[in-house]
Amino acid sequence: MTRDMLTRLGPTLVSLTLALGVGAARAEDAVTLSLTIKDHQFEPAEVHAPAAKPIIFAVKNLGAGAAEFESGALHFEKVIAAGGEALIHVPPQQPGRYKFFDDFHRATEGFLVVP
Amino acid sequence: MLPTLVIVFREVFEAGLIVGIIMAVTSGVARRGRWVAGGVAAGVFGACLVAAFTGGLSELFAGSGQELFNAGILGFAVLMLGWHNVWMARHGRELAAEMREAGAAVVAGSKSLAALAVVVAIAVLREGSEVVLFLYGVAAAEGGAGVGMAVGGVIGLGLGALVCLLTYRGLIVIPTRYLFAVTSTLIALLAAGMAAQAIAFLEQAAILTALDQTVWNTSWILSDESILGRALHTLIGYVDQPTAMQLIVYTATLTVIAVLMKLFAVPSAPQPRAA
Repeated sequence: MTRDMLTRLGPTLVSLTLALGVGAARAEDAVTLSLTIKDHQFEPAEVHAPAAKPIIFAVKNLGAGAAEFESGALHFEKVIAAGGEALIHVPPQQPGRYKFFDDFHRATEGFLVVP
Repeated sequence: MLPTLVIVFREVFEAGLIVGIIMAVTSGVARRGRWVAGGVAAGVFGACLVAAFTGGLSELFAGSGQELFNAGILGFAVLMLGWHNVWMARHGRELAAEMREAGAAVVAGSKSLAALAVVVAIAVLREGSEVVLFLYGVAAAEGGAGVGMAVGGVIGLGLGALVCLLTYRGLIVIPTRYLFAVTSTLIALLAAGMAAQAIAFLEQAAILTALDQTVWNTSWILSDESILGRALHTLIGYVDQPTAMQLIVYTATLTVIAVLMKLFAVPSAPQPRAA
């Protein structure tokens, strides 16, 4: 029931957020990187993005349990429920190799490479 | 068993540091046990609720529901901690005096206790919801909660609670005349760290994009993935790669709390002049 309420409430809140112009300007020229987490593996385990462009990670958790998608270098931590999908915004990065991981299963690692 | 133990310990440990500090801050205040226990209970209940609705929560606000929720409750905790410090600067001395007279401080102290109980609840809720989600995932993967998971969970919980106890014991050995200064400082740093963490959540939701470049990188000295790094992250908000906005908000929080404490402090009684 509550879940229904939440999903119904969602669009209203979304339009409210957009009306406030929140984060809209940034998202336009962002690079979207799609990832999945399955059997405690990132697929792909290495993703590439150009320097000086904002990045959006679109992460699908296809595993049986929740994952906490996290990176110290890229400043994010987000719990993704089993079967859930999440969008994570990352500001433009300098060239380098940045690690991200599943904080619930630390062996699950991947890298963002900015050439 | 081991992964469960590690995760449960890690999360309970982080909440335990905060609960330990708050137990020390309120030591000697009547009925504080009930308030802190109430905070823990509310936090556990909230954690289960948040864990159950993680999917729905994430979908809110164009997928930024989780970030806004985290930033919101952290912001609220910062207000509670700041308010506590300012309140104590004003009433700390009379409270200490009254405490010697049995029960007189109960009414005066309960407002401040309520604020700290909220902080306990928020700390437990944040770490607890991760534990619940993790355990649920383990149970789902193994087709049911196994003995290994239960044993790991109980040991992890016990070890985490031990950290809470040690934090408390470590703080209350400080002589009373320094205790107020020490705990005020700890609370202010805790608040500043939480404020900086709230900023990180707003940055990851792209709600806040100003000054979001990394200022320095101290991960080669102390990674915030290490156990010490995590402890310092919880206690003073240590981040190995902070953004400019995080540093500004961290400093601003400390400054505002310090200034308010000064402004609201009871002026000290004039010193008796030496003959």
